[in-house]
Amino acid sequence: MNQPVGLQTGEENRAPPSPIREFWHYFTENKGALAGLIVFSIVCFMAIFADWIAPHNPTQQYRDAFLTPPFWAAEGSTRFLLGTDAVGRDILSRLIHGARYSLVIGGIVVTISLIFGISLGLIAGFSRGIVEILIMRAMDIMLALPSLLLAVVIVAILGPSLFNAMLAISIVYLPHLVRLTRAAAITELTKDYVTASKVSGAGVMRLMVITVLPNCMAPLIVQATLSFSNAILDAAALGFLGMGAQPPTPEWGTMLAEAREFVLSAWWVVTFPGLAILITVLALNLLGDGLRDALDPKLKRQ
Amino acid sequence: MPTFIGITLLTFAMIRLVPGDPIELLAGERGVTEERHAELRAAYGFDKPILEQYWNYISGVLKGDLGKSITTKQPVMDEFFTLFPATIELSVCAILLAVLLGVPAGVIAAVRRGSVFDHTVMGAALTGYSMPIFWWALLLIIFFSGILGWTPVSGRISLLYFFEPVTGFMLIDSILSGQKGAFSSALSHLILPTIVLCTIPLAVIARQTRSAMLEVLNEDYVRTARAKGLSPAGVIGIHALRNALIPVVTVIGLQVGVLFSGAVLTESIFSWPGIGKWLIDSISRRDYPSVQGGILLIATTVIFVNLLVDVIYGLINPRIRHTR
Repeated sequence: MNQPVGLQTGEENRAPPSPIREFWHYFTENKGALAGLIVFSIVCFMAIFADWIAPHNPTQQYRDAFLTPPFWAAEGSTRFLLGTDAVGRDILSRLIHGARYSLVIGGIVVTISLIFGISLGLIAGFSRGIVEILIMRAMDIMLALPSLLLAVVIVAILGPSLFNAMLAISIVYLPHLVRLTRAAAITELTKDYVTASKVSGAGVMRLMVITVLPNCMAPLIVQATLSFSNAILDAAALGFLGMGAQPPTPEWGTMLAEAREFVLSAWWVVTFPGLAILITVLALNLLGDGLRDALDPKLKRQ
Repeated sequence: MPTFIGITLLTFAMIRLVPGDPIELLAGERGVTEERHAELRAAYGFDKPILEQYWNYISGVLKGDLGKSITTKQPVMDEFFTLFPATIELSVCAILLAVLLGVPAGVIAAVRRGSVFDHTVMGAALTGYSMPIFWWALLLIIFFSGILGWTPVSGRISLLYFFEPVTGFMLIDSILSGQKGAFSSALSHLILPTIVLCTIPLAVIARQTRSAMLEVLNEDYVRTARAKGLSPAGVIGIHALRNALIPVVTVIGLQVGVLFSGAVLTESIFSWPGIGKWLIDSISRRDYPSVQGGILLIATTVIFVNLLVDVIYGLINPRIRHTR
């Protein structure tokens, strides 16, 4: 994997670049990925410092300012930069606080599905036989159901809440991760270094986690970034259907659901939460594309 | 087939996984008396051993009996197939639009790699892929229905027109009815939901076509075709596109699941009387037999379409056809 790539031809540096440096070199060549990283960092910054950045309390209802348009419109004021919603809450502040929910949702979904996906995938790849068949069949069944529909059904069983929505989305994302991990593990298992490690007496756990897993990571990292952006989209969709975060949580999808009835009378209530989702997801997808290009050895040689 | 059995297990387990007693759930707020409770348990077969329950369920499924909806008391199977054409009509229009726009866009982007057109199409495709379609739907409603007043906001056809469904497909039925203006009314109701539903498949198909095309254009046989003096359009149309289409067909097949997921959102926004809206409504009404049956039928449809894609795959790819 770490074949020396001629990044610097200068005589003073003939040593192969460290993997991280090599990765960074390819990653920064991709302008879109860099833009994605910058936008994503801004969203993270907003999420972390929401309490200080947001001009108003996201749940504070200003009784004197229902449905105020954004500041550039005729009746707008600079007091509420992006206007207020039907109960007089500042939309900008709600969006800034909403960034927290989206990032936490993405993070938790990716963590849960990575932990279970990798474990199941490794078990399937190592065990073969009946255990493998059972695991892979279960994944096939989940793949036959449209993902959002499966998530909706799981939430219907567990009851609508943000946590259950996250759990449902994590379950829905399992099949892809399990398949990827299993495929990568099976390929790695045939290699000599694994045999060497086995011969020198490594136990199954050590083989799985320390020997094989690190070499399966590249496709998993890419899948994880893509899952992160999909999780934000799906959680927003569940929120929109009333099955995710419940009002008055300033989650972007839930905000859209609350704004739905004002679609023809107050465009700003509808426009901005969706724009926030689109920008964040777009940035993450650009980032994911960049990661894939930088981590995929096949593309590197071109 | 094993997948199908697995799905029946899943839908069977579903109603039993719901926390609480299913009968009390079915009864709702009003509650039930002790003897009515026992009566209902017997009626639904909940008092039998679990294996026998599963056996009864699966033999019912194989006979086409998916139980009755709790709210409408209609057989689930009938309800599903009354609403299914609406979803098929919408999905077919969406996937057709996605293919008709996405494949040419991807091909041109690949041929003119690095051009302004290429960057525009790929930028638009990535945006489309990242689009929260429920928001996209609302934006389109604001613009086309609110500001321009061109398209209606919900439903399949204006209430002015009424005719007996023949095929269930509104576009065909409206022509068959012979009523003036019925077809254009049906079409204007269909446009926005179609655009919304086709967004993600369109983006995926355009991206996939471009990358498949780029790969094929580097192949030796394309160079040979060029060298023997074939026109650029001939090279692309005859030699490159046919081979590039193979992965594209796979991707189109994979969009069926995406379409169903999208239909759930699109139909509930546009009040489109199809399967997606019906399922969401059934879930919010806690109409579990409907949900159970609906999931089973949708999964069966997805499995069936995937099979169909495999067959088409063999038709366009001689390598697969001949090895069988």
